[in-house]
Amino acid sequence: MAGRPERGVQRSPPWLAGSQIQGAPLSAPLIEMRGITKSFGAVKANEAVDLSVAPGEILGLLGENGAGKTTLMNVLFGAYAPDAGEILVEGRAVAIHNSADALAAGIGMVHQHFHLAPRLTVLENLLIGIPGKSGRIDRAGGLARLKEIGRQHGLNLDPNLPVSALSVGEQQRLEIIKALFRGAKLLILDEPTAVLAPSEVDGLFAALRSMAAQGLGIIFISHKLNEVRALTHRCVVLRHGKIAGRVDHPASTTSAEMAKLMCGHEIVPPVKQASTPGASVLTLDGISTASHAGTPLREISLFVRAGEILGIAGVSGNGQRALADVISGMLAPKAGAMTIAGKAVAQFSPRELQALGLGRIPEDRMTTGLVTNLPLADSMVLPRIGTEAFSRRGLLNPTAIRAFAEAQIKAYDIRCPGPMVRAGALSGGNLQKALLARELAFDPKVLIVSQPTRGLDIGAARFIHEKFLAMRVKGCGIIVIGEDLEELLMLSDRIAVMYEGRIAGTLPSAHATVARLGLMMTGAEGHA
Amino acid sequence: MSAVFEQIFQVGFLAAIIRIATPLAFATLGEMFSERAGVLNLGIEGIMLLSAMAGFTAASLSGSLWLGVLVAVLTGALMGALHALFTVALGLSQHVCGIGVTLFSSGLAYFLYRLIFGQQSVPPSITGFKPVPIPLLADIPVLGPAVFNQFTLVYLAIIAVPLAAFVLYRTPWGLSVRMVGENPRAVDSAGVSVIATRFQAVILGGALMGLAGAFLTMAQFNAFTFGVVSGRGWVAIALVVFGRWDPWRSAGAALLFAFVDALQLRMQASGLGHVPYEAFLMLPFIFTIVAMAVMSRNAVAPSALLKPFRREER
Repeated sequence: MAGRPERGVQRSPPWLAGSQIQGAPLSAPLIEMRGITKSFGAVKANEAVDLSVAPGEILGLLGENGAGKTTLMNVLFGAYAPDAGEILVEGRAVAIHNSADALAAGIGMVHQHFHLAPRLTVLENLLIGIPGKSGRIDRAGGLARLKEIGRQHGLNLDPNLPVSALSVGEQQRLEIIKALFRGAKLLILDEPTAVLAPSEVDGLFAALRSMAAQGLGIIFISHKLNEVRALTHRCVVLRHGKIAGRVDHPASTTSAEMAKLMCGHEIVPPVKQASTPGASVLTLDGISTASHAGTPLREISLFVRAGEILGIAGVSGNGQRALADVISGMLAPKAGAMTIAGKAVAQFSPRELQALGLGRIPEDRMTTGLVTNLPLADSMVLPRIGTEAFSRRGLLNPTAIRAFAEAQIKAYDIRCPGPMVRAGALSGGNLQKALLARELAFDPKVLIVSQPTRGLDIGAARFIHEKFLAMRVKGCGIIVIGEDLEELLMLSDRIAVMYEGRIAGTLPSAHATVARLGLMMTGAEGHA
Repeated sequence: MSAVFEQIFQVGFLAAIIRIATPLAFATLGEMFSERAGVLNLGIEGIMLLSAMAGFTAASLSGSLWLGVLVAVLTGALMGALHALFTVALGLSQHVCGIGVTLFSSGLAYFLYRLIFGQQSVPPSITGFKPVPIPLLADIPVLGPAVFNQFTLVYLAIIAVPLAAFVLYRTPWGLSVRMVGENPRAVDSAGVSVIATRFQAVILGGALMGLAGAFLTMAQFNAFTFGVVSGRGWVAIALVVFGRWDPWRSAGAALLFAFVDALQLRMQASGLGHVPYEAFLMLPFIFTIVAMAVMSRNAVAPSALLKPFRREER
């Protein structure tokens, strides 16, 4: 049974060579990449990149989207063969052709999108690719190893649960355990915090620090500067596939300096001009929804005035999806009333709301935002496809559609080969610009956006923020639903916090802090 | 009607169920392995027909039934490999390729059969397998003669079910198969070849379908006719869903279908002459449809079924 006391001797892995690694990232490198170059056609994704990680060291790999971080790590993990350069593991050159080679060399990777089979159990997901014992899956050996990892690193999971029963944070833990299970000495984590709630991030960081203290090397990929500063010992910044700079003391380097390395130029936060809110343009009065739509809404009342940005904060899954769906006409409430610019909403259909002056930018660009397999121009006119602007006598007006798309591409600097390119081929930032353009072109009175800059790099996010602030000055009422509190604080005039389908409280931004909002998000504090 | 029910618990009736279920069990297990790995094999009907023909021909020409079985199994495996080549290696549509494999295999079976045996008024037949009673077990009343006085291939089918469950749930290879049907990326990043695992599963599936074909021409009918498979392959695809992609449940589904089929045969033979016999022929299929509708509503297919795997390349 589990209660038996442990003896003083702890079995250490062989690479844990005693005391000299304790807090001493200067020892011989665990992994060294030298002169790595990788091209995809004419695009150089990586060019002459040098990088090394010592045992016990947490290295930050920082860069904008498309800077080549993931490509570099895929080279290290064997998914891509580099065009030039070599990889050394503990001083010896190794050839890594596939993930099996990488695993054998002691390299483990936690991908951004988990590589797990949801319907199989935790243990089965761990044992894939592990040789069996006399022809059978070695369950007993697996359980023992899992227990050992739990003891060593404080990472525990119920081995018999199906992965589908795990939270996102637990699935990530399973991926980390999976790498350790295979004897990883170096752990690569690709944007691990993108899927986590703030409280889960703290847990992850604690685990990573403890693993590093025991001699593991860790590469932490991120574009979030505050995380890199909080966690890493050293950091490498990539830009356009090349090393743009190295930061030896991330904790004592300012975010602005690092951002400059990432973007190649200074990033000035957008200026929020004074704006006097006008009359209410959107009012929700006691809106409740049926229980089948995720977390349902329970008597939500809120308003947004012209020239005002209302932020909606909350831990994901507290009714934000239902709120966005009601306001954009995807879901009819079972009780309550909603008005837009003084007119009562009767049917809650997207078309009716659009006619009343609502613009929306959905949370998921790829699935509800546009049609990835159609030309960009078609996606850009999709919400208004039947209107006079884009059709005549029941037939589409391709000239008008094309002209509209071309004008917006120019106005919003959407980087693409042209309006007829497949929409799915655009980067996230350019897609978001396209969605913004398609709504703003029709001067909405109210704009609802969810997670407007998720997955975007600093430059693109900056552009989106500026557009919102400009719309605010023009007298549009904007609702921003988000999980990034810093962003909400920067944009909003007022912030409402959602908790279990209700508004837990609303604060003017001037009185709101991350700490206070965080408390309200857990339902600890109500504030009317 | 009571005459019909009296017959149910007769030795002959139970034995008939087992015999009818055997080729279905092989075929269903074969399709199940393929689908668990993420590959729908609609080639099953044609693969069974071609294997039945190849096995019959080999047995007829060589005089060795076991050589015939071997040839049928190899034929099935080969056609499985062909389907895997299209769907796994080349990543083409599993529906289209499966139908293609069925049309090709059926056509090839007709062609080769005519080429070898020519047109004959009475189709050539062979002396098929004889029942082999298992000592002691065969002496159990009712169950003994029904289950333990059967063809060796029947015993093989009975062993195949637990064996398939063991392979699928207890061996590292079986884990790879199950995982490759759920999330091939998980398998790839664990250093196991997705392509190889899927190939192996589809080939094993084809071999089992070949065994089903062999049973038809060498134990059940002892001759080859163009209608020898007559939809058993399609039924197997339904039985895999009915059996929720599990060896035990799939075998159970095959037994249930065989029960209804045996029942309708008896009903045809018994005194219900005023009902057209076609009505009875429909029964097993009506049963399948109803059973599927009732039992399979919350059956969930392997997540990666029908999805070809490609490493992400830019």
